[in-house]
Amino acid sequence: MEPLLKMRQIYIEGMSDEEWSPIIKGIDLTLARGEVLGLIGESGAGKSTLGIASMAFTRQGCRISSGSIVFDGKELFGAPKEVLRKIRGNRIAYVAQSAAASFNPAHRLIKQYAEAPVQHGIMSFEEAATEAKEIYKRLLLPDPDHIGYRYPHQVSGGQLQRAMVAMAMACRPDLIIFDEPTTALDVTTQIEVLAAIKRIVRLFNTAAIYITHDLAVVAQIADRIMVLRYGDLVEENNTRELIANPKEDYTRRLLSVRTLKEDNVILEVDNVTASYTGKTNVLEDIDLKIKRGRTVALVGESGSGKSTLARVITGLLPPSKGSVIYNGNELTRELKTRSKEQLRVMQMIYQMPDTALNPKQRVSKIIGRPLQFYFGMNEKKREQRVLELLEKTELSEKYYDRYPPELSGGEKQRICIARALAAEPDLIICDEVTSALDQLVAEGILKLLQDLQNELRVSYLFITHDLATVKAISDEIVVMLQGRIVEQGVKKEILTPPHHDYTDLLLSSVPEMDPDWLDRLLKERKEKGKPSTIMDA
Amino acid sequence: MNFLRLLRQSPLSARIGMAMVLINIIAAIFAPIICPYGETEVVADVWLTPNADNLLGTDHLGRDLFTRLVYGARNTITIAFITTMLSFIVGTIMGFFAATLGGWTDLSISRVVDILMAFPTLIFALMVLSVVGTGTAALIVVIALLDSTRVFRLSRAVAMDIAVMEFVEAARLRGERIWWLMRHEILPNAMPPLVAEFGLRFCFVFLFIASLSFLGLGIQPPTADWGGMVRENAGAITFGIMTPLFPAGAIAFLTVGVNLIVDWFLHIASGLKD
Repeated sequence: MEPLLKMRQIYIEGMSDEEWSPIIKGIDLTLARGEVLGLIGESGAGKSTLGIASMAFTRQGCRISSGSIVFDGKELFGAPKEVLRKIRGNRIAYVAQSAAASFNPAHRLIKQYAEAPVQHGIMSFEEAATEAKEIYKRLLLPDPDHIGYRYPHQVSGGQLQRAMVAMAMACRPDLIIFDEPTTALDVTTQIEVLAAIKRIVRLFNTAAIYITHDLAVVAQIADRIMVLRYGDLVEENNTRELIANPKEDYTRRLLSVRTLKEDNVILEVDNVTASYTGKTNVLEDIDLKIKRGRTVALVGESGSGKSTLARVITGLLPPSKGSVIYNGNELTRELKTRSKEQLRVMQMIYQMPDTALNPKQRVSKIIGRPLQFYFGMNEKKREQRVLELLEKTELSEKYYDRYPPELSGGEKQRICIARALAAEPDLIICDEVTSALDQLVAEGILKLLQDLQNELRVSYLFITHDLATVKAISDEIVVMLQGRIVEQGVKKEILTPPHHDYTDLLLSSVPEMDPDWLDRLLKERKEKGKPSTIMDA
Repeated sequence: MNFLRLLRQSPLSARIGMAMVLINIIAAIFAPIICPYGETEVVADVWLTPNADNLLGTDHLGRDLFTRLVYGARNTITIAFITTMLSFIVGTIMGFFAATLGGWTDLSISRVVDILMAFPTLIFALMVLSVVGTGTAALIVVIALLDSTRVFRLSRAVAMDIAVMEFVEAARLRGERIWWLMRHEILPNAMPPLVAEFGLRFCFVFLFIASLSFLGLGIQPPTADWGGMVRENAGAITFGIMTPLFPAGAIAFLTVGVNLIVDWFLHIASGLKD
């Protein structure tokens, strides 16, 4: 049978530094009807570029320099615009990474669904609307009859992503290109969207190119996988074969990274006791594990030894007993004797951004110094990277030349985050990072930290006394009291009763929006015979 | 530019001070052009009162007093400046070291400084200079060392406050060496009080050299310097001749000028708005 898509010797170039440099270096790609092909590789491998080239389309600043793209028997490379226009959106559809950014916020979902079929003259708006509800139902969207009449901001991220899949299905295309459709979603939503995509693609026997950097995700859905790197094809095989017997080194590495990510303990605090004076112990027998890409919240009132534990981990305070183990290797007790690499992988963000940034250094130097120190970057590279980091922390490049006193608290904290990220750490210790900020700004910072974790798989040790923060960000919770751990476990376990007495006290101490809350709480505690304040405990 | 903006906001007193210092600096730089005679040239009778040939009269050997005064500015200011610089380099580095490293380093440096400070400076300088001799280099080194103890005290105190800030801890955690901590993290933040102190110390050094010269241990004749000139011509005062008042006045002039600027700096450093 004639394949649906046949790309031969594709060369794509991108404009950088005033000259064309190759992005895709002569790749062949064949796709049968109803087949799902996974394109995988790290960022910059050229997977998205190759994926959208199947529509004979490139992003701004790129061009297909040579090759042949035959779709359903028609040559698309060099074809006139009118021909391409009829095919794009109709026979080939595209699902972008961020649905939130791809929807027009001013129109209802169903109107945007109907746009393509009406435009291509396949059906009327009413027909399209009926069809939409049917597809919404198949994608297991809640309330399929009415959800289409909502605006994009009125549905959740996962629902929006599914609405986008529905939109791609609108014209019953032969081929859909999924460009990292689940990357921006959290793990539970990712499963829903993935399941929805898989079901609908099978149902309509649609061919698909699924682009992602996550091998585990693509393994669920693809029949065949192509591994790309630096614009070259590394390996191509059917999914089961590729995962069972990877032939190339690089594929094996991708696989091992994925398996490592799952349950890899990155930092272990083993039976640590520490004191400042040598007499009274501020910490006693602390055991703690932090997994890669997870957040451990360290909760306790002030004076419970949370920050001291951070000082022990970073080496500022050598423990009197016990050890700190990073990635299987025991770290030396003192900061001075640790290697640059050991210092690099652990970074810290402080409570008070005002004192954590040198007021006499420009932002460019504050963020640029770790780059110079750890990676020896020259000035030009440094500037580029600093601007990237500013963008990552949602700051514009106008901050590049500013001094910290010219920034607001939230902006300063973002600079602190950027400085920590500059070192490309595996673990960031966040010491009460939001408590000096007002609630709205704090929320923004927490959101940013979570986005960064999803993107970079960095772990957090999140020191806080604020339980609202804990609920928002943590995977695991460790409760400390007077230098000891009183309770630890995954978030759900800790936050559902029965609690340890002290945890209960902490949890019930979060003020509620009720003027009588305090009186009622104290009365309740008295009745139950529980200590009424932390001091009594 | 930051500095120019600062200059534009300066109060009148500081501007007057700057003008006074500037006059001295110009005199020091262009001494050979300004002066009608040579530095050590005997041109007329001794202790003449101001007249058409000799603007400020002549000194006890018959040299032109105006010429001596201008050359004196050159010698005294240069030596005082070098000395102050040296004392600041030594004092600041030691002070920062003590504050950043703490512990035994701090303890030992501080105690040595305490010992040095226990002696009255003038007596100590007299003693050392009479042993090592009275060359200009010896003068500079001795005064600089003695003065650096006070700079040490200040810079240590200032750096102590800064060294406990979290940005310094962040740099330590990064693995930065002591030089980076001192040069890039602490120094820029310690600058305002140090600059103010620099002006003040410059005055003291200047006066100190003048008093040493007056005692015969400072800059040696025939090199012109203000303190020496006061001493050489001191006898004239008993005859009602005003000659020694001119170099004394010059000392006062420069000291007041520098102090006016320093006052302004101190004001900025203190962070007060008015």
